[in-house]
Amino acid sequence: MKILFLSEHDNKKLQISNYHVLTAAQQLAGEIDVLVIGDHCETVVQAAQKLPSIHKVLVADAPEYAHQLAENSAELIASLAKEYQYIVASASAFGKNCLPRVAALLDLALVSDVVTIISPDTFERYIYAGNALTTVVINESIKILTIRQTAFSEAEPDKNEVAPVEMINTVFENKRTKFINQELTKNTRPELTAAKIIVSGGRGFKSAENFKLLEKLADQLGAAVGASRAAVDAGFAPNDYQVGQTGKVVAPDLYIAIGISGAIQHLAGMKDSKVIVAINSDPDAPIFAIADYGLVADLFDVLIEIEKFIKDKECN
Amino acid sequence: MKVLVTVKRVVDYTVPVRVKDDQTGVDTANVKMSMNPFDEIAVEEAIRLKEQGIAHEVIVVSIGLPVCQDTLRTALSMGADRAILVETDLDIQPLAAAKIFKAIALQESPQLIILGKQAIDSDHNQTGQMLAGLLNWPQATFISKLKVENNCVQVTREIEGGLETLLLQLPAVITTDLRLNKPRYLSLPQIMQAKKKPLQIMSASTLQLDLQPRLKIIKVVAPQKRRAGIKVSSVTELFDRLKNETQVW
Repeated sequence: MKILFLSEHDNKKLQISNYHVLTAAQQLAGEIDVLVIGDHCETVVQAAQKLPSIHKVLVADAPEYAHQLAENSAELIASLAKEYQYIVASASAFGKNCLPRVAALLDLALVSDVVTIISPDTFERYIYAGNALTTVVINESIKILTIRQTAFSEAEPDKNEVAPVEMINTVFENKRTKFINQELTKNTRPELTAAKIIVSGGRGFKSAENFKLLEKLADQLGAAVGASRAAVDAGFAPNDYQVGQTGKVVAPDLYIAIGISGAIQHLAGMKDSKVIVAINSDPDAPIFAIADYGLVADLFDVLIEIEKFIKDKECN
Repeated sequence: MKVLVTVKRVVDYTVPVRVKDDQTGVDTANVKMSMNPFDEIAVEEAIRLKEQGIAHEVIVVSIGLPVCQDTLRTALSMGADRAILVETDLDIQPLAAAKIFKAIALQESPQLIILGKQAIDSDHNQTGQMLAGLLNWPQATFISKLKVENNCVQVTREIEGGLETLLLQLPAVITTDLRLNKPRYLSLPQIMQAKKKPLQIMSASTLQLDLQPRLKIIKVVAPQKRRAGIKVSSVTELFDRLKNETQVW
């Protein structure tokens, strides 16, 4: 059994998601080859070599791959596919963009957003915004999967093993798609999908100015910041903060939802959090139906109190 | 420019779905059905291109039972010019849908195909990317901005850490994200007018494609429910309980 694992990186470092997806790949019980597609990505390759229990690192390093666009990445992956029984990647914007195209090139189906590996051909995934869980059997010769990062624990890096590197010299061009730019949100806080604590804000914040209060709280708690769709649509927070069915799926130890009513689409993205705290002035807000601890209060009062509480704690 | 838009009939996003007792699926009998919200955004974007004089024709296509004509009529009411229903009672999965859309694209030769990034029932998020792969056209998924320039389309995509802007040569396939636009409300005259617009029905079998489902769904269950916890009366109580009752604080 051979598994091709498509790594996710920014040409400088491996994303944390890789360590979670690797745990899923390990459950498939096969020989894992890690594929790094990028440009000047030596540091990524070095980190990939230290991923635990992998066989080798395949490297496609060329200017054509600098922005990891779907078109030529998919061609490259499809060209390697027949050696493998599985192709796996994270169900992130990158994996979701690229792997279905690979599947189509190979005339294969794909299982998206896998949360449980039941057996080598049987998987669980959510449908209807997490309101139903399906068990799916796939009989394709090559099984292509995207993995929900938060459903699998993080594999520990292995310092003693260094997997060999194999360069792929064939370069696929991408003449019809041109990269213009990227505007990445400047963020010194933990990544949403990897954070232990998330504070998340909704429409209740009323303005982008007020939303900064939440960011301040996040910094005090060492937390990541999330947002509901309503808050993002209203321009309080950037798009990559969105938690939900169509945004990010998170599962921190502690999720504090502030001023979020709790539409099912939002709950789909956070209901696997270990402990959920909801703070909302509306006692009937649906978020309270899934929260472990609910506090009915004005969020602005609560923010001041929490800030004070934490400051006092620090002083003691 | 000709624009092709795909639409799917799904359980309305406001309906709380219920899993059937025999674990074969979700109960869709007597449930409000609507156009998939991402597809509605796709139709809206195509119509805006027409209103700007960039598109000259907007064609909407759907796959499924005869009742999907309702969804196509909604798209026609919004302003699409004509509709095609590819009729089938098969469970059409993303690869099969992409094959059907490819066949329609080869017949219609659109310059731009717009799809919703995912359907809110099966949540696959695959069909657009698969269609682009089958056609060997450029693709841009999860887009929140679109501008047609000469023979290209400039799009802004919502990606993991923020936004990415790409320039694609036409013909191309794009999939919509939530913030691309806000679909319009329908007026009664528009709904009446749409009844006269052409809606072509063809049987999927005439396309002679392999449409059999490749994913076998063996069980559908309701996920484990979280129970509501307790209400606390103050911030101090909240943090005390977090400290004493959980390991997360």
